[in-house]
Amino acid sequence: MDQEKILAIETSCDETAAAVVEGGTTLLSNVVATQMDIHQKFGGVVPELASRHHIEQITLVIDQALNEAEVTMEEIDAIAVTEGPGLVGALLIGVNAAKTLAFAHQKPLIGVHHIAGHIYANRLEQEFQFPLLSLVVSGGHTELILMKEHGDYEIIGETRDDAAGEAYDKVAKALDLPYPGGPVIDQLAHEGEETYDFPRSWLEKGSFDFSFSGLKTAVVNQIHQLKQKNEPISKANIAASFQASVVDVLVEKTYQAAQQYGVKQLIVAGGVSANRALRRSIQERFEGTNIAVSIPPLYLCTDNAAMIGAAASIQYRNNQYASLNLNAQPGLMIER
Amino acid sequence: MNILAIDTSNRPMSVALYHNETPLIEHTLNSKRNHSVQLMPAIDYIMKEVNIQPKDLSKIIVANGPGSYTGLRIGVTTAKTLAWTLNIPLVTVSSLELVAANLIYSSGLICSFFDARRGNVFTGLYRAQEGRLTEELPDQNIAMEEWLDRLNDFGEPITMVSPTEHTFSDMVYEILGKRAKWVTGHLSFPQAGQLVLLGKDREPVDIHTTSPQYHRLVEAEVKWLEKNAQNK
Repeated sequence: MDQEKILAIETSCDETAAAVVEGGTTLLSNVVATQMDIHQKFGGVVPELASRHHIEQITLVIDQALNEAEVTMEEIDAIAVTEGPGLVGALLIGVNAAKTLAFAHQKPLIGVHHIAGHIYANRLEQEFQFPLLSLVVSGGHTELILMKEHGDYEIIGETRDDAAGEAYDKVAKALDLPYPGGPVIDQLAHEGEETYDFPRSWLEKGSFDFSFSGLKTAVVNQIHQLKQKNEPISKANIAASFQASVVDVLVEKTYQAAQQYGVKQLIVAGGVSANRALRRSIQERFEGTNIAVSIPPLYLCTDNAAMIGAAASIQYRNNQYASLNLNAQPGLMIER
Repeated sequence: MNILAIDTSNRPMSVALYHNETPLIEHTLNSKRNHSVQLMPAIDYIMKEVNIQPKDLSKIIVANGPGSYTGLRIGVTTAKTLAWTLNIPLVTVSSLELVAANLIYSSGLICSFFDARRGNVFTGLYRAQEGRLTEELPDQNIAMEEWLDRLNDFGEPITMVSPTEHTFSDMVYEILGKRAKWVTGHLSFPQAGQLVLLGKDREPVDIHTTSPQYHRLVEAEVKWLEKNAQNK
């Protein structure tokens, strides 16, 4: 029997994306129109601007995804879309386009959680082994999610304040570096040395939660002190020291959680999983264990629709369909 | 020719299905619920009621602004996606012209407007004559006081009409005096069927690039432009 082909749409933040995924594991096309350069001069994503650009791109991107996959709408078995979390105005473009396609062609409609998508991006590379732990790190999320089977999510740790990616953006701003901060700091850290002993926030014993606001404040204070004393500021060394603290905490907590829950596979997902120091450090820490580590290739780390199609495959097989009154849910929870 | 018309520019939501110039069904509601939730089921409902399948549609007409940014995007996203995937033409009509069209069989100037907060309105000036509307002043985003001064210069009676709640009644009376007439109730609400009468013979738009006519820049852009003008 042929495996199902899902047309997936993702517009939760500043990428307009569409993809066709077969059987949850095979990518037939993956089109992403990024707005990065549009938001850069504002130092962050401007929600209204993001929505305005999504609507100009949406049918073009879907058209291209179908063309590249060489499939017609008749051959598509279901339409999937990110319903949340994300920017409500941005989500609405994808949700309404998806509903319209489902209606026009009488196809099942599937609403997908954005984070479930980031996790399932890995299934395009490697089959899952349960129990499975995911470290999800991005501009809006820092979470440890345990899965005992497909479609089942339990948050065992999450940030209590800033997301890791958010801390990167704030530190980049304090160092007068461009937005987004992640790639720039990662690059600078590569050139610098860990000369400042910034704090590591472990929180109470046994907790898998995270906190990055104290670290961010320590870095900002350090920069102020250097400025007041008229001492030279080595951006590279500050970046290296900051990144070492973030990566230490992320990796160690992930390792402890993986041990405690006896997982067979570890997945790193979300935009920050593109970070070289994090990728290297995770690989090193898990070396010699029986835990399979999967970190998606760079093009699947950032927001894309292929991951939404991969996650939707599980819902398709379980007949978990949405109706035409599906709405954008900016604060959607992953746990049921 | 089966034509589907959609308006979600403000709080009211209206959808209609016509066969050529003959109305088959029209569905209009004015509640505080969400257009994103209600639009697709409403289209599904009207089409089932008159037994028309999506593939039987031959044209889509949508009100594309100005109005509520989010509301506009819901209607325009739905309209452009439907037109694209069914490979049929898409026509856009001003959301202000749609409201003015309720008075198309009157004679004289019609000012339709939507409250845009902080003393501002989205508004346009139209003239009704022999069952036709012509544009006298283009749709724009402007302070109501400034707009009314411009209307005053026409020295003619003007019919004011708005489907949105507003507090401009006193200001209109002060500036235009008895030359202003108000139309309220049923005729102040957008009815999607009017879109068909206005737009059925108009030139279709390019579906991919079509987006709402917001008539206002994003606030972050305005601030950025101001800042960069100062730095020069």
